[in-house]
Amino acid sequence: MTHFGNYEDRVKNFSWAISEQELGYKPGQVINIGWYCSDRICQQGKADKVALIWEGFTGEKKIFTYNDIRLYSNTFAKFITDLGIKAGERVCLFMDRVPELYIGFLGILKTGCIVQPLFSAFGEESLFVRLENAETSAIFTQKKHVSKVRKIRDKLPHLKYIIIVDYDGKTPLQEREVAFSMEKSEKVEHYEIYPTYAETPSVLHYTSGTTGMPKGVKHVHYSLISQYITAKWVLDLHDDDIYWCTADPGWVTGTSYGIIGPFSLGVTQCVLDSGFSAEAWYRFIEKNRVTVWYSAPTAIRSLMKAGDEIIKKFDLSSLRHLASVGEPLNPEAVNWSIRVFGKPFHDTYWQTETGCIVITNFPGMPVKPGSMGRPFPGITATILNPGNHEPYPEPGRIGLIGLKPGWPSMMRTYWNNEEAYKNKFRNGWYLTGDRARMDKDGYIWFVGRDDDVINTGGHLVSPFEVESALLEHPAVAESAVVSKPDPINMEVVKAFVTVKPGFTASKDLELDIMNFIRKKLSPLAMPQEIEFVDSLPKTRSGKIMRRILHAKEWGEEIGDTSTLENE
Amino acid sequence: MDDLKEIIKNYVINEYLEPDSDPIDYDTPLISGGIVDSFSMVSLKRFLENRYNIQIPDDQATPEAFDSVNKIADLVRRFVKA
Repeated sequence: MTHFGNYEDRVKNFSWAISEQELGYKPGQVINIGWYCSDRICQQGKADKVALIWEGFTGEKKIFTYNDIRLYSNTFAKFITDLGIKAGERVCLFMDRVPELYIGFLGILKTGCIVQPLFSAFGEESLFVRLENAETSAIFTQKKHVSKVRKIRDKLPHLKYIIIVDYDGKTPLQEREVAFSMEKSEKVEHYEIYPTYAETPSVLHYTSGTTGMPKGVKHVHYSLISQYITAKWVLDLHDDDIYWCTADPGWVTGTSYGIIGPFSLGVTQCVLDSGFSAEAWYRFIEKNRVTVWYSAPTAIRSLMKAGDEIIKKFDLSSLRHLASVGEPLNPEAVNWSIRVFGKPFHDTYWQTETGCIVITNFPGMPVKPGSMGRPFPGITATILNPGNHEPYPEPGRIGLIGLKPGWPSMMRTYWNNEEAYKNKFRNGWYLTGDRARMDKDGYIWFVGRDDDVINTGGHLVSPFEVESALLEHPAVAESAVVSKPDPINMEVVKAFVTVKPGFTASKDLELDIMNFIRKKLSPLAMPQEIEFVDSLPKTRSGKIMRRILHAKEWGEEIGDTSTLENE
Repeated sequence: MDDLKEIIKNYVINEYLEPDSDPIDYDTPLISGGIVDSFSMVSLKRFLENRYNIQIPDDQATPEAFDSVNKIADLVRRFVKA
């Protein structure tokens, strides 16, 4: 029996108050995500229930009960408070998927500070622009990543503390560095949680746009109301489930549904801190008897590539419900999962800005392979005419996905960038930046992005950011960055480059530029291909025409070239 | 080809490891150990192709085949002409 039940009934009778009541929250009261995800579950009599099963790539395993999560998050919180860091300050988590990442997230929220999770594979430049923009006060990291912080700390006057969670004493601590061991510190039984309210900022996730630098999406503690009920109804999490979300908490899926959703429901979840390997993943499911699995199309396509034979080596019969997020899930992947697992992956659609799943294939409802599904109750989604931003009255038209603002986990602003926030709204609708169509049954089908942002493996990459970084390479004169199709990641980054006099295009130069971007920004932003060209297509006013290069890569019509420089 | 493993190991150390990282050996898990992710694997593959003048087909450039220096060396040897 699914939690969700009948779609029409749910839509008709829906109110966010359902979630508030289940959580025991009344408007105007204190609401703190850290407390709801640990102390409250213990008060429900589940203190000894397993909250987190963690496994490292070497096979090392750690198990934490809800009482452990409560105590260790208190320990984190007290440590932060003792450093003199005050509520409202930004505290960054820059770590692999170690237990400290999950528990520290809750600890930071208990202090009233704003938690800023950042993907540990970010290079120094990506890290710098995000810490600078947020004026971050402290960063928790591991010794393997601290060198990246050391390279930029002198440019970050607001950064007071660099906290190393696995310091081993082999090398001396440097300027502003502090050691903290979650498990070796004295456990804190009682911590006075900061009284946060519905609109108190909670999480700052950074996302990329077409132009400008990454934007910090500000969420508030009230987002819990959406994250709790969507985790329950869409992921269909029950009290006896073993849940695995493969997303990294450096991205919003890893926090909304890798921390807040499951922990607020008191569910047992497991985490594998390991790179991708089909065999390791299947073994992890078998060993932990995973029942609900939330993953991404890129991972699913990689599993498909690994073949069906390998699946026969494992007992995956525990799997009950499968869901996917990050980019459109192609019909082949849905049909493959039906064939090999006996059940479909349910596509879910949402963004960093929405904070929760907003459109989805619900458990128990027929899945239309290739469709992102139907709007969550309480979410008004439509297809807008791009010309006037009015909803199309009839199904089948391709337009912009628009959402009526007002659900609890909707972003409150972009950090220090109110103008960019306001630009996301037209005619009373939040513009997602995605194009789609709606069929006669109300299912929505993704068509493409409405801008130049590249969605690679479910992560957004700004072409502007990559182009800016490319210009810092000594050999690059000009560059243009577009997406190109990729069978696993849907699309990947491709750069067109002209070289400066004195440099010669070569395979070695291509590799040198690729590695330059990988280290400066991130592996995601690294061009998977660099095409050296004599010149780039430009308008007569000198603006590079990315769309021509994009069309070439995707085999599309080039369109109007009347403004092209050399036409 | 005698120093193949050492060349690969040194490249991984110089390109993918931060200064304070734990040392690696020929059997250290690179992909499953999170040292080289699937995106970065493309640059490692490109290095091998440039250095040894080979082409590694995408269907053989799997996470499993790139998961240690020893496995990568085995893969490269298959494509390098004797």
